[in-house]
Amino acid sequence: MTDPSSPSDTGETLPERTPTEWHSNAMQRRIRRRYARERRFRFFGLAALVLAAGFLAFLLFTIVSDGWRGFQRAEVAVEVTYVEDELTAESGSLARADYRTLLRRDLREQFGTERVASEGAWLRLRERMEENPGLLGQTERVWVVASPEVDLMAKGDVDFTLPAERRVVDDEMVEDYRDLRESDRVRLAFNSGFLSRADSTSSELAGVWGALIGSILTILVTLAISFPIGVMTAVYLEEYAPKNRITDIIEVSINNLAAVPSIIFGLLGLAVFLNFFGMPRSAPLVGGLTLALMTLPVIVIAARVALQSVPPSIKDAALGVGASRLQVISHHVLPVALPGILTGTIIGVSRALGETAPLLLIGMRAFVSDIPEGVTQPATVLPVQIFLWSDEVGRGFIEKTSAAIMVLLAVLLSMNALAIYLRNKFERRW
Amino acid sequence: MAEYDTETVVHEEMTLRNDAKMTARDVSVFYGQKQAVRSVSIDVDSHYVTAFIGPSGCGKSTFLRCFNRMNDTIDIARVEGDIDLDGRDIYDPKMDVVQLRARVGMVFQKPNPFPKSIYENIAYGPRIHGLAESKTDMDRIVETSLQRAGLWNEVKDRLDESGTALSGGQQQRLCIARAIAVDPEVILMDEPCSALDPIATAKVEELIDELQGRYAIVIVTHNMQQAARVSQRTAFFHLGHLVEYGPTDEIFTNPKADRTRDYITGRFG
Amino acid sequence: MSSPPSPPGHTVKSFDDDLRSLRSMIGRMGGLARKQLDDSIEALLTSDEEAADRICAKDKELDEMEMEAEAYAISIIARRAPMAGDLREVIAALKIGSVIERVGDYAKNCARRVSVLAGHVDRGVHPGIAEMARMASSLLDDALTSFAQRDSELAKKVAAGDEAIDDYYESLFQALLAQIAEDPNQTATATHFIFIIKNLERVGDHATNIAEMVHYSATGDHIADRPKGGDATEISLPL
Repeated sequence: MTDPSSPSDTGETLPERTPTEWHSNAMQRRIRRRYARERRFRFFGLAALVLAAGFLAFLLFTIVSDGWRGFQRAEVAVEVTYVEDELTAESGSLARADYRTLLRRDLREQFGTERVASEGAWLRLRERMEENPGLLGQTERVWVVASPEVDLMAKGDVDFTLPAERRVVDDEMVEDYRDLRESDRVRLAFNSGFLSRADSTSSELAGVWGALIGSILTILVTLAISFPIGVMTAVYLEEYAPKNRITDIIEVSINNLAAVPSIIFGLLGLAVFLNFFGMPRSAPLVGGLTLALMTLPVIVIAARVALQSVPPSIKDAALGVGASRLQVISHHVLPVALPGILTGTIIGVSRALGETAPLLLIGMRAFVSDIPEGVTQPATVLPVQIFLWSDEVGRGFIEKTSAAIMVLLAVLLSMNALAIYLRNKFERRW
Repeated sequence: MAEYDTETVVHEEMTLRNDAKMTARDVSVFYGQKQAVRSVSIDVDSHYVTAFIGPSGCGKSTFLRCFNRMNDTIDIARVEGDIDLDGRDIYDPKMDVVQLRARVGMVFQKPNPFPKSIYENIAYGPRIHGLAESKTDMDRIVETSLQRAGLWNEVKDRLDESGTALSGGQQQRLCIARAIAVDPEVILMDEPCSALDPIATAKVEELIDELQGRYAIVIVTHNMQQAARVSQRTAFFHLGHLVEYGPTDEIFTNPKADRTRDYITGRFG
Repeated sequence: MSSPPSPPGHTVKSFDDDLRSLRSMIGRMGGLARKQLDDSIEALLTSDEEAADRICAKDKELDEMEMEAEAYAISIIARRAPMAGDLREVIAALKIGSVIERVGDYAKNCARRVSVLAGHVDRGVHPGIAEMARMASSLLDDALTSFAQRDSELAKKVAAGDEAIDDYYESLFQALLAQIAEDPNQTATATHFIFIIKNLERVGDHATNIAEMVHYSATGDHIADRPKGGDATEISLPL
């Protein structure tokens, strides 16, 4: 406050300022330069955006253009006669019937070769019989999975103009395929097996369902461990812990932990869970625990930020009507912070879902052709499955890899959508 | 700024008695090394609205927050001296803070309804203190509290709407209703109108006027006119000292301390 | 004649109570001042010296009431910070209070002359004074009513009604001057009567002042200037 007796206008003359020339040439130039700078700045921003969008579009285009065929498979029509004697010839019962030999015979009779159908094509016959036992002794036309070569040709991946040595299929197969086409006994159909089967050595039979279940089990373990521990840690640090050197160090450590490369967590999991505790290899339990270690700091940080953003006025209000500390936290702070905590958790878990490196170290790279039924059974997860397929030599696995990437992306996108939905649902307006 | 003496001027009517609703004796508050309130003694009477005025940072809000121990929530705050409620020391370790805060309600600067329904906002306090035996009981508490806060007619048809959907002034009256719902003996108001427009302010002031006599009310305000309008007792704080305490009429027409005079006439700040 | 619609009450109801109290204080003061005036003329006409003493003593009460009203108005200004019509009303009340106090002084002034004039009954002037006092008193009453009811129409009428009193004053003044001219022994008595009618004329002026203030307080506008009459300087002395 100025003293009222200290006058600001004692008559002291300030140095005169020459009036600013707002219309002078120098001023005009300055204005033009400023506009130019503005335009350049905007252009660079736009260019960066276009570049990023271009990369993303290219990535999506390659994956989808390769991957969409992974959801398709070629099928071959075979006239099958379910002869009871032949089916039960070896095992003596229908339950363990030998469809394989039956199909081979029919294939040979109709096409002169077995190579048009997949090795696992007989599975379709068993399904038919299980659906309708009355078919025994009857004859019907069945669409069975085609062999990889027929699959490639049906999808147009084979250039018939090339000489035989430089094609993946020999002339004989090409002839067989031409015959199939002429008799209209080959078609492209939706590959339902891709979404319902586990891994296989034959590309036309390999599916992602096993890996997807493995991923879900692993993530459930991760969530069950890291969410409660992470939230409780955050609540303690935010609401109870005094602010001193020790809590400062803890905070820095948590932040650093979030930045540790994931493979380090894999080594940790290997050392602690497998070697020390002797847990089963390749199991979702161990994978989930390892990923939980990795996700924990992310959840703690997200939850702390969410708790910090709860307006203190709400806490004051609750304290003001005489709520205890526990009541303040459980009735007011957590409900308000929940959307933020959930968003952070889902982002952390999404990251865990896409993680490959630590899981490779704890043995989840094994070939698993069964769908896991529990957290202690061997399993693989989607990103590891993608990694494994990308290593395969079989021509058919290329499209499977891309198709599996599409499945993984779909899962991740739906988890992010869930995060947004939860945030909007629980978010309260002030 | 001119030198002023730091003696507290207490008007005759305000001479300290120990039978007042709340009494503060030689209360000092420290924030770490900084002393925010310097040895303040004051009585709060049941039947009057007492206003604390003074320039920003004079310690009036800090002092107010001693009366229901809200300063406890600040790690570095330390309170010295005695504050009694009905002759019992509220800083006694045996005093239950939760119950104290129910008996000494508080209304804050910014309207802070819970992000819940209007009904829940009122019912929350009575529920955690177990004041309602049944749903009917609770309904009655909610209705009377809202009625006393002059809000019933405005919200009775939308009790399940969010409290945060109300206008600022309504929110503040909702907060007052929420404080009333736990049947307090004293209501502390920390600049309750500073975030409100003049009309909403007038409504809150009218409400304070209505509540006067039923509860002991202490209001902190940086708006001198508001203190003049709603209070019967005014205490002027400056730099942590209580400078003058007297009947509002006297303080605003014939202040005895030079600092009070200069402050209310706008000669320093 | 209808009074203008009164504005809706204040959100803070006790503000209305404050204004009402102030108005009723002024009303009570006005009532007392009027009674003092009526009583003093009555005492003069009946040469009741005891009553005159009582009137002089009672003026103290009026002074106290004025101080009380003034303190109350100041407190309202300090506590309520009135604005617009409220502000005009409080200021008008303040001024009207002091005007009423002046009227009380005039009444006391008349009462003090009762002992001097006792026994000097003047049949020629008395009926005129009685009538003039009645008119001044009723004008004052109208002015106070207009304040109590915030009635700007009535106030306007009061402001115009002063002229009749001025006319009376002039004729009585002339009559008294004539008396002095006729019989110089009567000079002292007649001069006392001149002062009394002068006082009554002033009461009329003050009633007008009150009415003007009421009009301003109620509408925010001043009554258009009216020619001020009743000034003795305008009267040519019969030389």
